[in-house]
Amino acid sequence: MSGRQDQEGLPGPAPTDRQRPTGRRNAQGIRIDPEAEAEHPPRRTVISALVEHEPGVLARVSGLFSRRQFNIESLTVADTQNDDWARITVVVEEPDPGIDQIEKQLEKVVPVIHVRELADDAVTRELVVVKVDAERPHEVHAITEMYSGKTLDAGPRTITVELTGDEQKIDDAIDAYRQFGIREIARTGQTALARGETKTAVVPDHLK
Amino acid sequence: MTEQGAVPDFGDSERPPGDEQGDDAQRQTDDDTDCSADAAEEGADGETKRTGATSVVESLEAAGVDTVFGVQGGAIMPVYDALYDSEDIRHVTMAHEQGAAHAADAYGMVTGDPGICMATSGPGATNLVTGIADADMDSEPMVALTGQVPTELVGNDAFQETDTVGVTTPITKSNYFASSPDTVGEDVSTAFALADHGRQGPTVVDLPKDVTQGETDAEPSEPAVPGTVSVQERAPTADVAAAAETIADADKPVILAGGGVVKGEATDEVRAFATEFDVPVVTTMPGIGAFPEDHDLALEMAGMHGTGYANMAVSLTDCLVAVGTRFDDRLTGGVDSFAPDAEVVHVDIDPAEISKNIEADHPLVGDAGTVVEQLADAMPAAPDTEDWVAQCQEWKVEYPLDYAVPSDQSDDGSTPSRPPEDEPVKPQYVVETVDAATDDDTIVTTGVGQHQMWACQYWTYTEPRTWVSSHGLGAMGYGVPSAIGARVAADDDQSVVCFDGDGSFMMTCQELVVAVREQMDITVFVLNNEAIGMVRQWQDAFFEGRRMASEYPWVPKFDKLAEAFGADGFRIEDYDDVPDTVEAALAVDGPAVVDVYIDPTEEVYPMVPSGGDNGQFALSRDHL
Repeated sequence: MSGRQDQEGLPGPAPTDRQRPTGRRNAQGIRIDPEAEAEHPPRRTVISALVEHEPGVLARVSGLFSRRQFNIESLTVADTQNDDWARITVVVEEPDPGIDQIEKQLEKVVPVIHVRELADDAVTRELVVVKVDAERPHEVHAITEMYSGKTLDAGPRTITVELTGDEQKIDDAIDAYRQFGIREIARTGQTALARGETKTAVVPDHLK
Repeated sequence: MTEQGAVPDFGDSERPPGDEQGDDAQRQTDDDTDCSADAAEEGADGETKRTGATSVVESLEAAGVDTVFGVQGGAIMPVYDALYDSEDIRHVTMAHEQGAAHAADAYGMVTGDPGICMATSGPGATNLVTGIADADMDSEPMVALTGQVPTELVGNDAFQETDTVGVTTPITKSNYFASSPDTVGEDVSTAFALADHGRQGPTVVDLPKDVTQGETDAEPSEPAVPGTVSVQERAPTADVAAAAETIADADKPVILAGGGVVKGEATDEVRAFATEFDVPVVTTMPGIGAFPEDHDLALEMAGMHGTGYANMAVSLTDCLVAVGTRFDDRLTGGVDSFAPDAEVVHVDIDPAEISKNIEADHPLVGDAGTVVEQLADAMPAAPDTEDWVAQCQEWKVEYPLDYAVPSDQSDDGSTPSRPPEDEPVKPQYVVETVDAATDDDTIVTTGVGQHQMWACQYWTYTEPRTWVSSHGLGAMGYGVPSAIGARVAADDDQSVVCFDGDGSFMMTCQELVVAVREQMDITVFVLNNEAIGMVRQWQDAFFEGRRMASEYPWVPKFDKLAEAFGADGFRIEDYDDVPDTVEAALAVDGPAVVDVYIDPTEEVYPMVPSGGDNGQFALSRDHL
């Protein structure tokens, strides 16, 4: 205590009388040119996580995405060649710092063995099941052929077809079916593996 | 007020188990008289049956656990029953599960080892949640053991069933649902190891009653983390060299010491680095104690209610060496204006903290002490900081932490010792008085609010693990139970004081009964302004003074309340009373509560408003 007299505030120069820094950061905490554009545009990418196949692992991963407000487009999970492991494939749309955070936060989930963002040349596939009106069956069949699909069910009122492909192909095919009247669609979301010799996940020796 | 130092006089009928009626004595009696119970626990071959609960307790013992804070209840009873036989583990029976969790959290803060709390299923588990979330936000090592309904009832909405694993997943490092008596011991060992590993944090093991009651032959297991988990101790040499070069080239470097410096036991390394290279040090709130605040290079806490000099330094630094911090918004203010001229060297054991909130120009993942030592070794030269250090010293003079004294006191620079008695008591004066009356290793715990900030600002912390508070979660009510946890963890000759607010105190003051039962030497100072003062301060600053639900038309007489609990109660109404009453309360060998009627108009400054610019901290409401 040094004997301040007034009740009105602490001593010292007011904010306006202080030396100011010259720089600036953007919303992601990155130092930027104060004059420059602060935006960091989002991009779409595929993140693949190899996880231990145990109850609750999907809840842990999906909970992480919602809690941290990561923007996910799709998420798939299923078994792998090893009964103890499952693979989770997530399509996300985030700016680079967000994608970096997704990888690091996923890595911290205890049952997660390995996480990586897949390169653009990764082999990605999605499956869609589309149910359309059966009024023009030949035309439906033609479209299905065109997209190398398969008719799963054909009845007097509906035709249900299956298509696989990358996201763009699926989107295009769905557009093509719209003319017949789409009743329902079920998409699996993308699943993917790294191309060629590149490993989708690296498993440490002690877990093999 | 009961007589100072006297053990409360419990009537015979209400006497809790004291020393002379301790557990051992009670057990002896039971052994002598209740043979049938023992017989029932023995198998056909005469050996005592081992259950999942036995494994749980043995795993705790194998991990070196000496204390469990908990509350009994149906689904956890088998574990308590197994604890009955433990020679190594002391159980502290808390009044409420939130108290158990906060006590365990504080125990973890003071010792560095995981604190253990235990509760039953359903409400027991959900009452732990605030404390678990607190430990998660502050990276405190903790293991919470929760009872659960029998496995066959899980999912049926059974009595006292809550999906504890589901509820606690977002607030734990990981959690486990014990599935078998044979593996439950391993679950507990794993949870313990994980809580203590790398960046510490809480874990939960949910224990269905059939699993803890089921028989098993499993041997106790040693703590080991899951194979998927690893930490990097050392940062890559090339990265360290580049960072060291940046620091050496800097004109205005600052070390920002976070909670990771304390929890990573890196205070010696940080101090060595700062003093060898003459680099000023600011801390975060959890980083209090990371660097002695009486050191010339100490600028103390930065951020929302940090010192003016710390915030000036952070605002204008050209090289921020951040160690063990996650750049919480209470520290950074708006990120756009946070240390905007600084190249950031970020040392952290958790890779996910790198560039999460503030981009690291030099990310160095590793153990805080190890990496800071690496940095020191890699420094090509000392930075020339003479002018910068002088500037920081000037700011210390320009922006002193200060509080008003009565108008008839001289302003000749001498410290007035006794303002007149009809002046309202300034809370800052109380904090300083208690600080002066206690040893350097005294542990301070707090609730959350204005009193917490005054305890940050006006106490001079010089040693790590003496500051115990709810930083990230900001959980009002943390004060009393954390003082209990700290008391159990502290050395016998270490004092434990708690600064609380009247709002915070009312949330968990029932835990005083625990301090009385166990005759714990803690002194609680309730800085009583009959309001939830920080909210009122914000209402006056940002809500046109519309004081909705922040002022209490009546608060209990806390000294009397303390006496009702069996603790010693004191009251301070006048400035004149402060030194003597503080002295008297500290002299009590047992729990004491001091109800301090503080000046209700006193506010916390400096202040950086939410999202604001640290360098533009307000010295009064006029600046907001």
